[in-house]
Amino acid sequence: MRNVGILGVGQTDFVTKRTDVTYPELVREGAQLAFDDAGLSMTDIEAVVVPLAPDALIGIGNGERWLIESIGATGKPVMRVNNGGATGASAVEAAWMHVASGLFDVVLVAGADRVSESLSAQSVLNKMWDVAYERPYPQNTITMLAMSAMRYNHMYGADERDMARVTVKNRRHASLNPHAHLRELVTEDDVLNSRILAWPLKLGDVCPSSTGGAALILVSEEYASRLKKPVAWIRGLGQNTETFWMGDRVGPQALGDHADADALAVAFDRAYAQAGITDPTSQIDVAEIYAPFSSVEFHVIEAAGLCGRGEAPALLAGGAFHLGAEGVVVNPSGGTQCTNPIAVTGTVRVIEAATQVLGRAGDRQVAGAKVAIASAIGGDHQFYSTFVIANHLDPIGHP
Amino acid sequence: MTSASETAPARFYEQTWDLSYRHALGATVGVFLDGLRDAKLLGRQCPKCSRVLVPPRSYCDRCFVETGDWQEVANEGVIEMMTIVYEPFKGLPAPPYAIAYVLLDGASTALLGYVHGIDLTDVKSATEQLAIGKRVNVHFSPQPKGDVTDYWFELSDNEPT
Repeated sequence: MRNVGILGVGQTDFVTKRTDVTYPELVREGAQLAFDDAGLSMTDIEAVVVPLAPDALIGIGNGERWLIESIGATGKPVMRVNNGGATGASAVEAAWMHVASGLFDVVLVAGADRVSESLSAQSVLNKMWDVAYERPYPQNTITMLAMSAMRYNHMYGADERDMARVTVKNRRHASLNPHAHLRELVTEDDVLNSRILAWPLKLGDVCPSSTGGAALILVSEEYASRLKKPVAWIRGLGQNTETFWMGDRVGPQALGDHADADALAVAFDRAYAQAGITDPTSQIDVAEIYAPFSSVEFHVIEAAGLCGRGEAPALLAGGAFHLGAEGVVVNPSGGTQCTNPIAVTGTVRVIEAATQVLGRAGDRQVAGAKVAIASAIGGDHQFYSTFVIANHLDPIGHP
Repeated sequence: MTSASETAPARFYEQTWDLSYRHALGATVGVFLDGLRDAKLLGRQCPKCSRVLVPPRSYCDRCFVETGDWQEVANEGVIEMMTIVYEPFKGLPAPPYAIAYVLLDGASTALLGYVHGIDLTDVKSATEQLAIGKRVNVHFSPQPKGDVTDYWFELSDNEPT
């Protein structure tokens, strides 16, 4: 496999609604930003991967067909990737395989989302549960993660105030990120007093439905060596899958627990092994991890090996994971909790990780960042994608 | 100078996707639904790892073999996960309602269902009553509709052992 670098990235500012552009025009905005950043144009692109989540979320049947002209992809190989919430990261993994395999030297990942155009998002998401056994119940992504949060809090003694601290941190970070959707500062009490959706999740714990576009351009090491441009290198990546059945993730015979993200931990281990990371707490500077709700951030931090099981809430309360703190900074962009354009949320995680290691993150920059991780989650906590991204190709050392 | 696109009023096209489906549920689900009419919860056991899968599936995902014997599991068990929903979602039932995954005695995996018989007005009190580890009994509809909402859970009178 060849080394693969991220040569250019682009993301629009994310908002609730965009009434001035169509879906393809939004994809084009993100792609154009990535072209400008890379110093390339569409004529340089050899193949395209389009991240696009379930059709019904944006009400467009096979939207990958509609956007082809907007990014000049006619006459080039194009594939769509859909892995639920992990879509935007899985698309980058597919593009990585295009380049690492030697088939292509320059590959574009470009997509967009406008979830707020749906008035039925949770009804759409309900349709991913089993037809006979579970869909007759009002199962959706909010209830699914509410049950995970209940179980995590029960097992590790965390509570709603611990969850509120995640929101407070992420909103502070998002206030420093011009692309973020929810940028207003909030207090713990604001979160605790917000209306209950599905206990213990309140409005202050959950992500918005975001509209915007994102894109990045992957290149081979050989191609990058001909350019005089800094490149963020994909040093490791992993994928893993959890059982479909949430009820199989509890009880004494379960292999993984719905309170934790055990399959994600394996995906991180795979990426770490490839990148040569043996001690995540000392070798990683930044984590841009997919956590749409406050509660999710705890078990993702733990699955990434940034602390032990059940330790994340107390560490956060003690000041860890915040911008400016010692150790790994978690979601300096404000993360998925402040910006969730579903199809490209995972792409934005990779873009933010690359931006950090290239030292171009502006007010949200983690000082001296060299190594970052990114991750995404799709399905009912079922599909996991992970990345290690660094600003060099040397062995990843210890500080 | 402002462009036409900056001054134009926002325009919308509204559409409802009216999609109808008739999903075949398969023979294994059929046996489970028939059991509900007789107030029985049936699982299927894996011949290799011996897990009793509830709800029943025709294959074991770990051993990748067909499951074998049907096993009736107890009409009581323990709450493993739960939530109480207070927010209305379009196309989904009116709140509040409680749902839980319950590990029934004799089963290896947990079954989703509504929890009835609890006052959900006060969330703190309701979540304490439905805490993980609490025991529940299964109740069956006297007029079964032929789907999985023909059963539900209610708190057991018995305290956890």
